[in-house]
Amino acid sequence: MNAHAENIAQYNFAYLDEQTKRMIRRAILKAIAIPGYQVPFASREMPMPYGWGTGGVQVTASIIGPDDVLKVIDQGSDDTTNAVSIRAFFQKVAEVAVTTETGKASIIQTRHRIPEEPLKAGQVLVYQVPIPEPLRFLEPRETETRKMHALEEYGLMHVKLYEDIAQHGHIATTYAYPVKVEGRYVMDPSPTPKFDNPKMHMSAALQLFGAGREKRIYAIPPYTRVESLDFEDHPFEVQTFDQPCALCGGAGVYLDEVVLDDAGGRMFVCSDTDYCEKRQAEGHAGPTGSPGEGEVQ
Amino acid sequence: MDFEALAMEGGFARPVLEAQSAFRALMDALARPGTSMAGFPVPGPPAPLSPEAGAVALALCDPDTPIWLDAAMREENAVAAWLGFHTGAPIVAHAAEAHFAFVADPGDLIGLENFAQGSQDYPDRSATLVLQVASLEGGPALRLAGPGIETERAIAPRPLPRHFARQWEQNNARFPRGIDVLLVCREGLIGLPRTVRIHQQEG
Repeated sequence: MNAHAENIAQYNFAYLDEQTKRMIRRAILKAIAIPGYQVPFASREMPMPYGWGTGGVQVTASIIGPDDVLKVIDQGSDDTTNAVSIRAFFQKVAEVAVTTETGKASIIQTRHRIPEEPLKAGQVLVYQVPIPEPLRFLEPRETETRKMHALEEYGLMHVKLYEDIAQHGHIATTYAYPVKVEGRYVMDPSPTPKFDNPKMHMSAALQLFGAGREKRIYAIPPYTRVESLDFEDHPFEVQTFDQPCALCGGAGVYLDEVVLDDAGGRMFVCSDTDYCEKRQAEGHAGPTGSPGEGEVQ
Repeated sequence: MDFEALAMEGGFARPVLEAQSAFRALMDALARPGTSMAGFPVPGPPAPLSPEAGAVALALCDPDTPIWLDAAMREENAVAAWLGFHTGAPIVAHAAEAHFAFVADPGDLIGLENFAQGSQDYPDRSATLVLQVASLEGGPALRLAGPGIETERAIAPRPLPRHFARQWEQNNARFPRGIDVLLVCREGLIGLPRTVRIHQQEG
């Protein structure tokens, strides 16, 4: 404690002041008690711009303690700008241990992916959410969307999905795919690829969602039913990939396309860097990768 | 004069970190209903407010959260004075105005419907009840199911409010409106969010 007090005297622990933390903590508890419902909260200015995960950062700052181990991912990757700067932020203001290994983290803050490795009981997944309201692009008025949630009136969302089918022959929504939580609230899972939706269902981990600009917090407790909206004749399906990861050979995981040259060369690699690195370290190799070697010739 | 001196004592020794630890226990308790959380730091509030209930107050209450006290708590001026000094929360006489209720004698509690249930538009504007039970064991056997519980969980706290299983059924029926309950005692803390379904076993 004394080490904390001396080294970060210019900030309160984890940056936020105590009254703000209490307000956010109360919002988190109500969010857990009403799964999928968006609890309004008095979002603060953070030392980073909106769109950089200020909602997720405020949630993490309110729950984190000195014993936590934090992992931060941005589109599955531990080493992109957003992930690196948020990780550095918490190292500075809370002096917590950080990791890139999914299994070792107690709190994982994420921008738009769920790790491939199944989460365990006791872990907390904190999502950064840009637009928390799943109905916002269908109905711009907050007064109306609030009423729609209150009355459980979600017909408009089904019309939207139906129009996808009418136009494209299939449901063309591929990310931020709406889900119904515990049979009641329709919720935006944040812009994760729909590939990750099934991982939310009955997850052993607690999932918290923070939207800083829109000032909303919502949650999915562990072991909660999360169903992706669909139709009997057009059931929900996740993306599939024709080939395994080029580096680790992993199949059944979400892949990113990487352009290699100007001649149309490309490869597909795991979006989850920790998962990919772990598999490579175990000796798995894909068509263009070799163990321990990230670079492709 | 005496109780004023008492009021200033017995806060968290390390307010920032201990409030965080206590909050994490609360968060886990509500995320995993029926699982007893123990080992979190507790302050030293004046009786009949228990140390565990005191931890809830210090972790969550401040000038934005009106508090309601049951008769046993109201009887001791020291309780309101301690809460006032350490949290700044106003004490209200009407249960419906409170964000938090601290109850020393759950067996004698007024009906759950008297507390703020939230509205259909804003179900989060509802009360959280902190019930100081004598024990988490030895009461009528309750089976819990719902979000946060993989299959089923059994608890047997005592004492509980009158006709608790019936009252809770009505609380469930009001969803998304409804109250949330925290059961606290020396052995630990159990969360009962409004989503949990409680079945009382016969006999």
